[in-house]
Amino acid sequence: MGSYLPSTKQEQKQMLEAIGLKDLKDLFTGDVPNSVLLENSVNIPEGLSEMSVRTKMENIAAKNTVFSTILRGAGAYDHYIPAIVPAVTSRDEFLTAYTPYQAEISQGVLQSIFEYQTMVCELTGMDVSNASIYDGASAAAEGVMMTLTRKRDRVCVSATAHPDVISTIKTYCWGRDIPFELLPEKDGKLDLTALDSLKEDTACVYLQQPNYYGQFEDAELAREKIHKAGAKAVLGVYPTTLGLVKSPGEMGYDIAVAEGQPLGMPLSWGGPYLGILAAKKELMRSMPGRIVGETVDAKGRRAYVLTLQAREQHIRREKASSNICSNQALCAMTASIYLAVMGPKGMEEVAQLCYDGAHYFASELCKLPGFELRYKGDFFNEFVTSCPIEPEKLEKELAKHGVLSGLPLENGVLWCATEKLDKNAIDEVVGIIREVCTK
Amino acid sequence: MNLPSNLKYSASHEWVKVEGDLVVVGITDFAQKELGDLVFINLPNLDDEVSAGEPFADVESVKAVSDIISPVSGVVAEVNEELLDKPELINDNAYEAWIIKVKNAAGMENLLSAEQYNDLISKEG
Amino acid sequence: MKLLFERSVKGRRTYLMPKSTFPKAELPDHLKRKEAPRLPEMSEVAVARHYKELSKQAFGVTSGFYPLGSCTMKYNPRVNEAAAGLPGFTGVHPLQPKDTVKGCQEVIIQAEKLLCEITGMDNMSFQPAAGAHGEFLGLLLIKKYHEERGDFKRKRIIVPDSAHGTNPASAAMVGFTVTHVPSDSEGQVDLEALKAVLDDTVAGLMLTNPNTVGIFDRNILEITRLVHDAGGLNYYDGANLNAIMGWVRPGDMGFDVVHLNLHKTFSTPHGGGGPGSGPVGCKKILSPYLPASKLGDEEKEKSLGQVRSFYGNFLVVVRALTYILTLGKEGLPQASGMAVLNANYLMQKLKDVYPMAYDRLCMHEFVMTLEDIKKKTGVSALDVAKGLLDYGMHPPTMYFPLIVHEALMVEPTETENRETLDEAAEAFMAIYQKIQEDPESLHLSPATTPISRPDEVNAARNPVVRYSFDKQ
Repeated sequence: MGSYLPSTKQEQKQMLEAIGLKDLKDLFTGDVPNSVLLENSVNIPEGLSEMSVRTKMENIAAKNTVFSTILRGAGAYDHYIPAIVPAVTSRDEFLTAYTPYQAEISQGVLQSIFEYQTMVCELTGMDVSNASIYDGASAAAEGVMMTLTRKRDRVCVSATAHPDVISTIKTYCWGRDIPFELLPEKDGKLDLTALDSLKEDTACVYLQQPNYYGQFEDAELAREKIHKAGAKAVLGVYPTTLGLVKSPGEMGYDIAVAEGQPLGMPLSWGGPYLGILAAKKELMRSMPGRIVGETVDAKGRRAYVLTLQAREQHIRREKASSNICSNQALCAMTASIYLAVMGPKGMEEVAQLCYDGAHYFASELCKLPGFELRYKGDFFNEFVTSCPIEPEKLEKELAKHGVLSGLPLENGVLWCATEKLDKNAIDEVVGIIREVCTK
Repeated sequence: MNLPSNLKYSASHEWVKVEGDLVVVGITDFAQKELGDLVFINLPNLDDEVSAGEPFADVESVKAVSDIISPVSGVVAEVNEELLDKPELINDNAYEAWIIKVKNAAGMENLLSAEQYNDLISKEG
Repeated sequence: MKLLFERSVKGRRTYLMPKSTFPKAELPDHLKRKEAPRLPEMSEVAVARHYKELSKQAFGVTSGFYPLGSCTMKYNPRVNEAAAGLPGFTGVHPLQPKDTVKGCQEVIIQAEKLLCEITGMDNMSFQPAAGAHGEFLGLLLIKKYHEERGDFKRKRIIVPDSAHGTNPASAAMVGFTVTHVPSDSEGQVDLEALKAVLDDTVAGLMLTNPNTVGIFDRNILEITRLVHDAGGLNYYDGANLNAIMGWVRPGDMGFDVVHLNLHKTFSTPHGGGGPGSGPVGCKKILSPYLPASKLGDEEKEKSLGQVRSFYGNFLVVVRALTYILTLGKEGLPQASGMAVLNANYLMQKLKDVYPMAYDRLCMHEFVMTLEDIKKKTGVSALDVAKGLLDYGMHPPTMYFPLIVHEALMVEPTETENRETLDEAAEAFMAIYQKIQEDPESLHLSPATTPISRPDEVNAARNPVVRYSFDKQ
């Protein structure tokens, strides 16, 4: 068996003697009621050596299919990860540190969070960012919760948002016993007329840009209408777009949230990912989670600390706006390193590659009989098409070629292209689809 | 201990001063010393109702948050918004740095005199 | 240290993206951003050196002894990282067809089976990303349970005064009001006080056992029975499970729902604050309400929904599974036993000079109180913690739990050897010497760290939470 216990039997015995006991069991028999004290551990398999466990995990991993070409997004995106990113995040000092409560020995972690906050603000056009939330969906839920007031506690969410985001916000609302309302969709976008009749108690409207179907919403007009109704405007964004596309800040939104996975995190069957949450300055004190601030030390040197802590659960307890403490710090650092090596130019390039690739893919695909764009609006790198055969059948056929098809939806297929696909790859995929669909 | 004799006090460490129709409320010098350096204050809104014995605001130090309990019942007529940017004014002079002014105030009769309050805090201190 | 932005030079860059092979498509002008984000412009080597420098000012488990109470800073085995880094796990899209993710499913199924056995639960959801997130889900289960039975008046959650701040904060997120029960002189739940607050408005009780003062509540069976008799459910906060793995199970103690912190008990790294994983286990009565499973079975109609996207922090679960398989049946109780022994051994060495909050055998951690020392010498728990920094160890948790004044909470964990504990005891003794002889030096400590004590008041009064480009 494997174990990480350094103490020898002899040492164990001596240490037990030092506290006047004979056996490890004596540590438990005094306090744990006899009726529930286990005689012989729990009923699980015997332990394994490192070598055996490694083989076992490799065998389990081998049961998954790893697709060489991925045409699926829908909330998780196959972007290129620069080699330096995991090289830095796997450093022991970052990987195994706790939350930087002891600022004197944690300046490295604190500064990296401060840099992260700054880069998130730059990307989103917001004034303040926290140190991260669990993922995009929980960031959206925490973001809308920031807007609740005594008079306004209704949360409205566009039906065109990601289904997991909708479901998560709904759960958070049910938890707090506050009204949740889904705003209707029209032609693959939010039906803007719904914003003209928002109820008086509406705290906020959540909109996603681009939305679940890949469509750009009329986000600026929507924001105007939301504010006109006296509610706060919350925008969920896809961070890769922001090298090219208008930021939530530029469009006047109050809060920006995002799934940060595209910024250097592998797909990993859904996690760990990164919840990005940023807001305008007025909302800083309603923001949940950790925030790093700049100050000076006793000798006047620049220093970073966790700040505004009185907002948080360990101090405010049941009056805290959220219970979050552990977050996704290492994922935030991942995003920081990614953004630092990409720089403004790299972010623009990756966005343009995604945009160009998806538009080429869409035009080639729609040359095939039976494939048509479902929605007419502008899109970034995702789009829905009709499908002349059962989408699941297409999915199976593509899988035989190592290709993960677009995601089957009720009314077609949701396709995605990232910078990892070049023209050859797309031509090849379209060729396979042509063959499958005309067979 | 700085305890102006023209003020009334509550057992939860607020001071009260009558100013025409209004009742001015702040926290005592003893309270600000106990709380340490204040970094933020959450204030009520105008026209909010306050009730004697119930919290109407809270003050934050770096590692704590403490409710401020209303010594009287009534309606918030004025709020000292200067404290939002400068909570340290309370540390500098607790009796200058009023927090709210209350109209239609009731419950004044239950408050303590400077002497009574002094007895109370000498037990606590 | 310079910030990334202070190292940025216009036009400098790292080349990562290929040349476009596509005909250029033009994003409509009204969608284009007008100003580029001011991200750093740096060469790769400059970025690499920047983070290398930051890493020198970070403290991980491999940097030194890390007895941070309540956080279980045990060693994070590297084989766990190797498993989590397997391309067969990292390369899988969360929405792949079910027959292509059999390995991922196996990880979840095995982890559920093993953790249910360890905790005495029937089912588990891995969706919560952290302990607090797990508490949120666990309390939602309790809320749903009562609502499904048409019992809408149960709106109170009982929380001991020694609880983690997350407990009351989680209760509030679920629309419950919090009723605090005091602890008795031994740090346990005051049974009479508990009885006095139990009635048909109680939704449940949240409890950590061993509790936050490191003591196993001897009355646990009585406590959970009283809550059940009042119609409430018992919630187990798994923050301190590291004390009891393989010795006693929350399910056997009368708990109906638990959350675990895989990043504490099951050795997955904390990452400077996350990602963690906070799976929630429950008894059968609550299973129908768990978040929608996407493992291939039918979505349950009574599911309460989701608390985040997809299936949680999957790679963290991979690490925890690797760890549990490594330790196995005999390794788990050994680990917990040594965690408890290490704590008692260190406590024994310190208790003559540092008063313990509760003088009895502790579990995996113990709490000392510097209240008297502070009164006599002016040296606070904070001063002692800062003083320890100069001895190359991470200080214990400070000022928690709230029921102990001037508290320092020490959790050595089982992966420390005796020499490390002896050295830590010596450091504590050296500090004690200073308390007697030169208390002033402790107010000024630490002296050897990259910065001295930061001005936290200034940070909170005048928040600067992002770099300002304008000040250049």
